Amino acid sequence: MRAAGAGAGGAGARTPAAGGSKRIEVPIKKASGGVEEKLHTWPFLVRSEFLMSILVIIVLTVWSLLLNAPLEQPSNPTRTPNPSKAPWYFLGLQEMLVFFDPWYAGVVLPCFIIVGLMLIPYLDINPKGNGYYTFRERSFEILTFFIGFHILWVSFIIIGTFFRGPGWNWFWPGQVWDPHLVEALTNVDLPYMFGLRDYLASAIFGLAVIGGYFVVGYAGLYYWIRSRPAGDPWSAFPGGGPEILKKWGPVRFGITGFLVLAMAGVFIKMALRHALNIKYILVTPWINI
Amino acid sequence: MAKFDWKETKRQITDSQVWQSIFRHGYEDTPRNRILMVSGNVWLHLHPSKVQKHAVRMRFTWCMGGITFLLFLVTVVTGVYLMFYYRPTAEYAYADMKYLEFDMPFGMLMRNMHRWAAHGMVIAVWLHMFRVFMTGSYKPPREFNWVVGVILLVLTLLLSFTGYLLPWDQLSIWAVTVGSNMARATPLLGHGGPFHEVLGVNPVYDARAFIFGGGEIGPHTLLRFYILHCIFFPLIASLFMAVHFWRIRRDGMSGPL
Ligand code: HEM
Repeated sequence: MRAAGAGAGGAGARTPAAGGSKRIEVPIKKASGGVEEKLHTWPFLVRSEFLMSILVIIVLTVWSLLLNAPLEQPSNPTRTPNPSKAPWYFLGLQEMLVFFDPWYAGVVLPCFIIVGLMLIPYLDINPKGNGYYTFRERSFEILTFFIGFHILWVSFIIIGTFFRGPGWNWFWPGQVWDPHLVEALTNVDLPYMFGLRDYLASAIFGLAVIGGYFVVGYAGLYYWIRSRPAGDPWSAFPGGGPEILKKWGPVRFGITGFLVLAMAGVFIKMALRHALNIKYILVTPWINI
Repeated sequence: MAKFDWKETKRQITDSQVWQSIFRHGYEDTPRNRILMVSGNVWLHLHPSKVQKHAVRMRFTWCMGGITFLLFLVTVVTGVYLMFYYRPTAEYAYADMKYLEFDMPFGMLMRNMHRWAAHGMVIAVWLHMFRVFMTGSYKPPREFNWVVGVILLVLTLLLSFTGYLLPWDQLSIWAVTVGSNMARATPLLGHGGPFHEVLGVNPVYDARAFIFGGGEIGPHTLLRFYILHCIFFPLIASLFMAVHFWRIRRDGMSGPL
């Protein structure tokens, strides 16, 4: 699975990536006893950088000659276009507005994303897979990142860019944008669906559902990790689940669990909206989720 | 007339005080010169003079950090050109864009390159983050450089976002309005957000007004975004890039050893 040479000496056993018979290669003795071949930055690295820069500049120039940057009508604060789309790189967040209120989709969720990204190196204590490509040795990390980055972020940008039209309704590419299209808003709140009609009961119900989700989620995560078998040759923790939990510690477990459950919550909310037309789970006079 | 002696002339030039004061070493392909080429050059010595073999492979880095930096430099150069012709006021901004496109030599090309490089930078920085994640390069001792990277990612998005407003056309003001409206919903600090009454924020005095420079998007917003876009964020981003590169230099490239 490893792409970049397996362990000490692995890199040295390979043929040089770029040809040339005159290269001067000076092996450097490492303290560990392994030998990692080092190349002179000039010319080897500088050469690739130089060629890559030229390539990028050529592509950019051709692109810029062929395709003009957009410039629409002069700004007019009294004429709101429908749809008004944020710059494409924020469309993932705008798409979230379908499922959450702006305070959550536009403020709290981005904060979770930024803080969560920054915390990754401190939450992930798996010493394996440092500096080479591997899936087997860190499947959980890679799958989590994949769900968050590729599925949530990138695919929502694609949806927001190509599939959303007036009223933020769904239009297939090529389909005529009908600005008068009205989609029936038949959404109901979860507490309402269960027959609750007053705020207090709804709020308690909503809190219980969300609290329950986190309790069940944490418990599930805990037991799932605990049940990791011992002696997995790909794992850095031969003791299996109990050893992972012990080394990980309650703080890391708590934060990771929260972030993972919050991310999964986005999917759950989407599913509830699409399948059951649920608008909010928690309803209070102040905030709704 | 005596025959012109190229060798002798060349020797005289390269032995002259002026030449020697500029170029400290020769160009022959010797190990010594290869090192001096990097260590004696202020730009190149961002690099170590030797690198591990795998770090040179494109398969390992996808070149994405370097491309991000290159695209940043492109936006700096083309951006300076645009700044010569652009006035950040509501009266002139849009007209200056038209002027730039139709009357300035290479104006349209510069504008296109600036915009596409900015978009490219956003894509490249994401791919770079993805690569760093896939090689697990955020693991010790590089944890903090990952954090610096996330800050750079946010700065890249902010640079792009503040630039988006400057053409002052329908596309730009409404995209920025939609984006900034989120701030209206900030809990406690936005006038449309939950618990806004606690601090008594209102439409002209809340988180969004802080971004807009007033209760609504307008000329004040344009000036604000212009300064953030052309001075503040580039400066901050450069500082963080300096830290980023410095730490890569200290820690070395991550690798399978
Ligand atoms: C303006 C944005 C950025 C620039 C110009 C930049 C530039 C670079 C460059 C040139 C490298 C050298 C290796 C390579 O090319 O891949 C690098 C490495 C690195 N970058 Fe970035 N980067 C940026 C953003 C980020 C982001 C968003 C992250 C992560 C969230 C990040 C984390 C790292 C780490 C951890 C390394 C070390 C990789 C290793 O040792 O293998 N950087 N960066």
